[in-house]
Amino acid sequence: MAALGSPLRTFRGLLRELRHASGRPYRDTPAYQHIVATFRAHRVTSQKLCRAQQELHFQAATYLCLLRSVREHTALHREYHGKGERSPEEVAGLVGFRLPQQPGGKG
Amino acid sequence: LWGRSPTARLPRPPPAAAGSGPVGPGGGRAYAPPAERKRFYQNVSISQGEGGFEINLDHRKLKTPQAKLFTVPSEALAIAVATEWDSQKDTIKFYTMHLTTLCNTALDNPTQRNKTQLIRAAVKFLETDTVCYRVEEPAALAELQKNEWDPVVAWAEKRYNVAIGSSTSILGPNIPASTKETFVSHLASYNMWALQGIEYVITQLKSLILSMGLIDRHITVEKAVLLSRLEEEYQIQRWGNVEWAHDYDLCELRARAAAGTLFVHLCSESSTVKHKLLQD
Repeated sequence: MAALGSPLRTFRGLLRELRHASGRPYRDTPAYQHIVATFRAHRVTSQKLCRAQQELHFQAATYLCLLRSVREHTALHREYHGKGERSPEEVAGLVGFRLPQQPGGKG
Repeated sequence: LWGRSPTARLPRPPPAAAGSGPVGPGGGRAYAPPAERKRFYQNVSISQGEGGFEINLDHRKLKTPQAKLFTVPSEALAIAVATEWDSQKDTIKFYTMHLTTLCNTALDNPTQRNKTQLIRAAVKFLETDTVCYRVEEPAALAELQKNEWDPVVAWAEKRYNVAIGSSTSILGPNIPASTKETFVSHLASYNMWALQGIEYVITQLKSLILSMGLIDRHITVEKAVLLSRLEEEYQIQRWGNVEWAHDYDLCELRARAAAGTLFVHLCSESSTVKHKLLQD
């Protein structure tokens, strides 16, 4: 079985991601309610008790990975790929260079 | 509106689309919706219909790119798809909505492949499976591959009672026919939706073995992605990380692998699944 860590940590992570994802109060969302209900019903809070719990925890951890990765990817996209064309100075800066200063323009 | 006119064969580019939309018949991408458009709905909710669970954007029912009614067999999957739609802010970024995309693919089947063809495509990947394809140098990388990949190959061999092995030859490993047959019959036990998901994960990770490791819950998504990108990680350790390329690719691969895995599991659970929808 995959090394998943503590179910409580996964649960908290999921709630945090849902809070980021949702514009309005995230407690109203179906996703929040479903996750809380599922964790509560299966009480995924202790060690390896039964297979169904492990499967559920794996699913929760996978969903957490999805939410987190999409958020990080979107942030990176916005930062590096979503700003339209860069100026020559910015392009140089991306790889650690600076354009030379030329008095009187580029000749 | 997207999916509103059933008579049009292609989604019409909406006025607010950023970037290029579909060009039209004979022009370009036939099955690709525009990359982004403005969010046009306030509320997202799910409801249960005859064929399964549906997504409502305000009062409109979500449709697939081929204008079919968007119906999914699992409530949890519907909730996750609804969350994707609800997470969009000013613009809808379709390229981040992996679960929606997977459902659309399952519903529309744009490549028109049947179960046998999907399984064949999946098992074919074993011949060039990333974790079986080894280098001889640099020695450090060869060692890393051995330490990280041998265990997961051994796991697959034991779990499925097959011989796989690995190879440094440019032709890749020589997979016995019996091994392929075992995987073919194993994959045949999955329904069509789950198979779309499995084939998707395999093409993303470039490995059947890593994908089965995920499906069988032997490794986490993070681990599977790390193993898939082992050589990149090795190069990053040596030469440094470039955030706008490496992290970008890493996050995208994690998102896709996670979406695919979740999709497979949610479509395979007998308790939450409407079997009528999943007839092969």
